[in-house]
Amino acid sequence: MAMAMSEELVMLRDAAAGLLAEKAPVAELRRLRDSRDPQGYSLSLWREMSDMGWTGMAIPEAYGGLDYGYTGLGLVLEQMGRNLSVSPLQSSILVCATALVRMGSEAQKESLLPALAAGELTMALALQEGNHHAPEQTAMTATADGDTLVLQGRKCLVFDGHTADKLLVVVRTAGVPCDPDGLSLVIVDREAEGVAVERVIMLDSRNSATVSFDGVRVTADAVVGQRDQAAPGLEAVLDIANIGLSAELLGLSTEAFQRTMDYLKERKQFGAAIGSFQALQHRAAEMYAQLELARSIVIKALNAVDEGAEGISALASGCKAKLCEVSNLVACEAIQMHGGIGMTDEFDIGFFLKRARVAQHSYGDYNYHLDRFARLNGY
Amino acid sequence: MSDLEQFRLQTRSWLEANCPPSMRTPMRGDEDAYWGGRNPEVHHPDQKLWADRMGEKGWTAPEWPAEYGGGGLSREEAGVLREELARINARSPLQSFGISMLGPALMKYGSEEQKREHLPRIVRGEIRWCQGYSEPGAGSDLASLQTRAEDKGDHYLVNGQKVWTSYADKADWIFCLTRTDNSGSKHEGISFLLFDMASEGVSTRPIRLISGKSPFCETFFDNVRVPKQNLMGEEGKGWEIAKYLLTHEREMISGFGIGDAGRSLGQIAADELGLDAAGRLANAVLRNQVAQFELDGLAFAATMERVRDESRAGQGLGAASSIFKYYGTELNKRRYELLMSVYGEQALGWEGDAYSEGDMPRAWLRTKANSIEGGTSEVQLNIIAKRVLGLPG
Repeated sequence: MAMAMSEELVMLRDAAAGLLAEKAPVAELRRLRDSRDPQGYSLSLWREMSDMGWTGMAIPEAYGGLDYGYTGLGLVLEQMGRNLSVSPLQSSILVCATALVRMGSEAQKESLLPALAAGELTMALALQEGNHHAPEQTAMTATADGDTLVLQGRKCLVFDGHTADKLLVVVRTAGVPCDPDGLSLVIVDREAEGVAVERVIMLDSRNSATVSFDGVRVTADAVVGQRDQAAPGLEAVLDIANIGLSAELLGLSTEAFQRTMDYLKERKQFGAAIGSFQALQHRAAEMYAQLELARSIVIKALNAVDEGAEGISALASGCKAKLCEVSNLVACEAIQMHGGIGMTDEFDIGFFLKRARVAQHSYGDYNYHLDRFARLNGY
Repeated sequence: MSDLEQFRLQTRSWLEANCPPSMRTPMRGDEDAYWGGRNPEVHHPDQKLWADRMGEKGWTAPEWPAEYGGGGLSREEAGVLREELARINARSPLQSFGISMLGPALMKYGSEEQKREHLPRIVRGEIRWCQGYSEPGAGSDLASLQTRAEDKGDHYLVNGQKVWTSYADKADWIFCLTRTDNSGSKHEGISFLLFDMASEGVSTRPIRLISGKSPFCETFFDNVRVPKQNLMGEEGKGWEIAKYLLTHEREMISGFGIGDAGRSLGQIAADELGLDAAGRLANAVLRNQVAQFELDGLAFAATMERVRDESRAGQGLGAASSIFKYYGTELNKRRYELLMSVYGEQALGWEGDAYSEGDMPRAWLRTKANSIEGGTSEVQLNIIAKRVLGLPG
């Protein structure tokens, strides 16, 4: 019965669907965009999400969380995808809290996790440097100087980087770019001296930043996990991040598909609803089949995280690759099947295509993950 | 110890004692499949022994009621049996359209007498059944079938022709769609008859396929007398039974998409073609296709698992099951396309020991029928569009 949804999970999903449809629908994303909101997301929504316990779901009870697991968090992310809701749940909880839970010292967990779980503190991962996701190519350095590390370099695609209180920065403390070893994970205050954050307005109207580090000094206790040895831990965190993003992409695709089906039943041409044309029916049925496959692999991957299954990397990459493929198919078909009105900014369907493209790229796109899936399967 | 664990131990020791070692090796081709029947084709004496032992326990149909010869197992027990069979790599003891198709329909629509007459013989593999559905003029448009069954008082007189009847030349009985009434819509007036293939007036002619093999036949009925008690369900209401049975046929066919338990396609490709220094298949184009196939296979298997779990949790058979036939067969075709690419010249030989008498290309050609038989992919997409998505027209 493992892959069937329990009543408890159904209640969680319905509660998330209710709150997000009311407080954070696509219209809210449009409002944030059009008003060039300085925060980029609604703080009152974030407080409500914390009150619902969503920020504590992936954090153990000992550190102020609910220890509810990723299957539950995935359901919330799926509903956020359906509504294109904007919040730091992905950056701060899915990614950074997961990193601290898995890699952090006792002191780091005690000082940071309760605040993260309460939604009072937000964090953002600073990883990517070039145009593509490639952790082993990290070039930004952290050089030892007595008891301190000195950070030098530049990061891009730091989601929610312009508002996060702290940054979790991937740096090279040994070796040269392309060495799989020699990486470290370091906590840096966003307002520390030498940190320059530049907000980037993204395609999906969400928050991202380019961050420069110029001689930024941190003490040894800012290093998360073992120095030079962050790669395996980081890989496991990114596996979970990609599974969570897949859940969001599932929700996004499901909603874009549903809206398209509604449109096919309503729009008339040649004296008939266009959904009566077999050319469109077969493409719709194909999308439906792909969405069912996508749902299954997302549930399987989320369950695997919660079961603590070993070797989930191949499944995680497979999951992300599949969701990249399916979300792209559905979002592109959604535009095509809506015809001219799908090209207008006034109509909402375009927002789904835009968010899909950014989420697909985040932490490795289709090409990256299909290649990794094959490699981890021995070919 | 729980009852289920007890059952597992008993099953394990029974299988240990009763499954012949030769039946614990992978099936290599059609010859290793055992179909039973009045005159069973036996290529190895253990085939019949294994099927008889399993049939005697009712384990060829584990979840059918014991009163009809089935195993009478609960869903959980049947799951344990499947796991224990897989554990020792046991071959499926009996291939049977009686089990996979007719049985479920008989249990739902058959009379008590019909159930008692036919179900136990199906379980024990004594009678081999074939399916009389398609006709020359009724393929995707199955309901336009014209094989006539005239009411002659105590019997029907059947005249007409079926086509694509799998193994009709080897079957003992047929479950057959016939037309008893032409006056209403094409879905009305269809009757579901069961009769002996040895009846006077029945003849079959195997059809040579592109694979060089002849698993399908043309089947002719020339004044065949079928006793009235062989009508299943109500006269003229056979279409509902036909559709119900089709869902079971599609379920069986979609299982092809899962592939076998042996090496994955990626592993086969790696073994055949070798890897480069970075551990990747050297041909990036082929590698990409293999990876896409493997990923879709993983997602498809997960979907079958999810639908099974949801159904076990009492949430009903989800709409997702509507994709099984379509997607499973398309996957299986992709698998064989890629195998042909991977094996290259080795897959082109049609005869001779060096080419295993063309097993690979013949199997590849056979898969082309997967998306035609039991309802074409296009028909499946129509069904999804209209019944699941509610699209008009």
